[in-house]
Amino acid sequence: MKVIIDGKVIDAKPESTILEAARKEGVHIPTLCYHKKLSPYGGCRLCIVEVEGIPRLVASCTTPVTEGMVVRTDTEQIKKVRKTIVELILSNHPNECMVCEQNGRCELQDLAYEFGLKEIRFVGEKNVHPIQNQNPLIERDYNKCILCGRCVRMCDEVQGVGAVDFSQRGFHAKIATEYDGVLSCEFCGNCVEVCPVGALTGKISRFKGRSWEAKKTKTICNYCGCGCTIIMHAKDGQVVRVSHSEDTTVNEGCMCVKGKFGFEYINHEDRLKTPLIRKEGKLQETTWEEALGRVAENLARIKKEYGSNSIAGLSSAKCTNEDNYVFQKFMRTVIGTNNVDHCARY
Amino acid sequence: MTNSINEFEESDAYFVIGSNTTEAHPIIALRLKRGARFHGAKLVVADPREIPLTRYATLWLRHRPGTDAALINGLMHIILKEGLEDKEFIQERTENIAALKKVLKKCTPAYTEKVTGVPKDQLLEAARIIGTEEKVAFFYAMGITQHVMGTENVMSVANLAMLTGNVGKPGTGVNPLRGQSNVQGACDMGGLYNYYPGYQRVDVEENRKKFSEAWQCDTLSRDPGLSATAMVNAAIEGKVKALYVMGENPILSDPDIGHTEKAFRNLDFLVVQDIFLTETAALADVVLPATTFAEKDGTFTNTERRVQRVRQVIEPLGDSRLDWEIICAIAEKMERPMRYQNSAEIFDEIASMTPLYGGISHARLEQGSLQWPCPDADHPGTPYLHKGKFTRGKGFFSPVDYKPPKELPDRAYPFLLTTGRMLSHYHTGSMTRRSGGLHELCPEGFIEIHPQDAKKLKIAEGEEIRISSRRGTVTVKAKITRRVPPKVVYMNFHFAESAANRLTIAALDPLSGIAEAKVCSVKIEKMQPKKAAL
Repeated sequence: MKVIIDGKVIDAKPESTILEAARKEGVHIPTLCYHKKLSPYGGCRLCIVEVEGIPRLVASCTTPVTEGMVVRTDTEQIKKVRKTIVELILSNHPNECMVCEQNGRCELQDLAYEFGLKEIRFVGEKNVHPIQNQNPLIERDYNKCILCGRCVRMCDEVQGVGAVDFSQRGFHAKIATEYDGVLSCEFCGNCVEVCPVGALTGKISRFKGRSWEAKKTKTICNYCGCGCTIIMHAKDGQVVRVSHSEDTTVNEGCMCVKGKFGFEYINHEDRLKTPLIRKEGKLQETTWEEALGRVAENLARIKKEYGSNSIAGLSSAKCTNEDNYVFQKFMRTVIGTNNVDHCARY
Repeated sequence: MTNSINEFEESDAYFVIGSNTTEAHPIIALRLKRGARFHGAKLVVADPREIPLTRYATLWLRHRPGTDAALINGLMHIILKEGLEDKEFIQERTENIAALKKVLKKCTPAYTEKVTGVPKDQLLEAARIIGTEEKVAFFYAMGITQHVMGTENVMSVANLAMLTGNVGKPGTGVNPLRGQSNVQGACDMGGLYNYYPGYQRVDVEENRKKFSEAWQCDTLSRDPGLSATAMVNAAIEGKVKALYVMGENPILSDPDIGHTEKAFRNLDFLVVQDIFLTETAALADVVLPATTFAEKDGTFTNTERRVQRVRQVIEPLGDSRLDWEIICAIAEKMERPMRYQNSAEIFDEIASMTPLYGGISHARLEQGSLQWPCPDADHPGTPYLHKGKFTRGKGFFSPVDYKPPKELPDRAYPFLLTTGRMLSHYHTGSMTRRSGGLHELCPEGFIEIHPQDAKKLKIAEGEEIRISSRRGTVTVKAKITRRVPPKVVYMNFHFAESAANRLTIAALDPLSGIAEAKVCSVKIEKMQPKKAAL
């Protein structure tokens, strides 16, 4: 289907929206409530565009393309309206970017920057909500909420849980749990991931480093066998946060409570940092040299005395393929036995 | 899994048996939930417990624990009787249907209802969904495998899939959901007593020769190896003297851990390589500090055979070392060196010895993941298996006759205990219980008990009670809930203080060596009131 966007003729898929067609061509249209995994909502109005033949501005995220449609995305009028929308949002938003966890990855902050908003023209009443954090993982600071509804749609459409929804109307509208009770959900954290601002944050990552300080590494989650792609954020040798990856293979950017919030064990003080050896009935710290020596000596002695099949080994479903390959090769060649297995059955 | 995770939103129906998918495989469950909610797919869940997935189900079959094969046989009986089987598929792609039909003869709805407790009309509805929907995907996990007839239960699922022609096309298939990040890979790599890497049998002389040459080792054993469960018994008998454990905690994960503990204490030498001083490591003679996946470069293979790159995020903590480096260091000391520069070099050796992985390398994985079989560098990988033809040629129906679990409730031990996993914890809890947030979500173990039973025994919500089986006793808090049926209780195995596996039975499936962790019998007692401290 031919569509003309900002004077350029593009070939759009018939079922796509103006926003999708434009973004595919690299045309920049700002959004806040739009999320590619979720149904279009048309709430924030930032994606408004001009369509020839329609007397008013339309939300590009909810308007499907039609044959020969002529669209303009960046007129002075559009810019003015978008800027005013951002100003209105900011007029009811705490100005605490300095200590906000979302600083550096905040979509509202980026828009304020895009429109050069040093000052807000509108001063008026602000909503005051108590911070909701009566759970170990997710803090909800609805003073920062911009009512984009991404969390609501994520929880319903993707997670199938529906733990939160809109409540009240107009200026008093807010996101709430059932009867405004404590958050009772699967704690997958996918709402935290899609929140464009700092309204939803992971409690265990707070004050562990600014977003730009962390080294980000794409890897695979170490819990169940789904094999989700995740991005681990590390600062000073410590894993501080896990975020989603746009990877489309297994998890399509979604995570579960373990994948998203189950990383604290990595730097836990209980981690073994030196070899231990049993002396006088007790495990005591030792050097690698002594520990490896003791292992080699005993395995060699037992092999010699009782034969290779008197030794057995359990490899691990939590270790890499490379670790497992080397382990079974060790058992089969160095020890000389097929007594190797792992807990595939538990 | 025969099929791929991203195919399941296209399926027309799902049959989930023995898998608490939303808790144990949350991301796969997302596909099923979306399929059922938005794409009109019919979701049939068979589980004795009211698992969260039942909320999304078109139909929930609440069969008695351990009657899985009887349930599936009953469904197949109806499918055949109503002529809903895929006749063309059976004719062209399978053999031995006659033997299956013979076994199914007695499995009438009335018989099946009697054995499984599932009402006839529900059996009919389920059979009609599975028999008539175009693309049906079958899912299972430990719920059907941890039984004395675990292997046969799996065969039953395969029979049902073949009978309805749901193999070898997208959105269908027999899909075991694997519980740990690299359990598929550990099997693929030959972390198994009967296979070299890539499922090449150790008892085939040709394979032994191939690996002898490649590994330059003329002493590869011709003796069959011992499975994990057999190692425990051999240690008790004194036949196994030394055990090397890498990244496992059998003292909490094994069924009947009292038995495992006895075996480990009987060893001459135990070496444990782990990231924490686990219950197992505490018994060791030497403990070697290993690293987590965040400190490693390498690969994991997920439940759908997808090989993916694990990348190093941080440097190893303290003096801890990479697992493969530790193993190589021991080999060096034992004067049979195994030397590798890095994990990519190890992977190249894997690919050279394992046709399934033949075309995969770390370099290629940088461009994206690959699903095995991937025999050569130009092969795109295999999203679903058995397209057009089974590995053995024709699909073989292996008829299964239902056998009851080894230990069922009796007068002395009147409750049936079943065990499993929960969303916020993982395996023996050594990782998740050290992750503050997860631990706080569920800091201690509990036992689910039906209100009717709690009332009879005068047990209150949260009350500490004593649970005993013929093998051991634990104390644990009661959680009164209708998630379990009357006379059935349920525990998670993540908690050392109330270790469910002190109670479970090590009755083994003779075919695979898996233990019947899903069914044993227990008795429940109130604790004696504590005497006031003096």
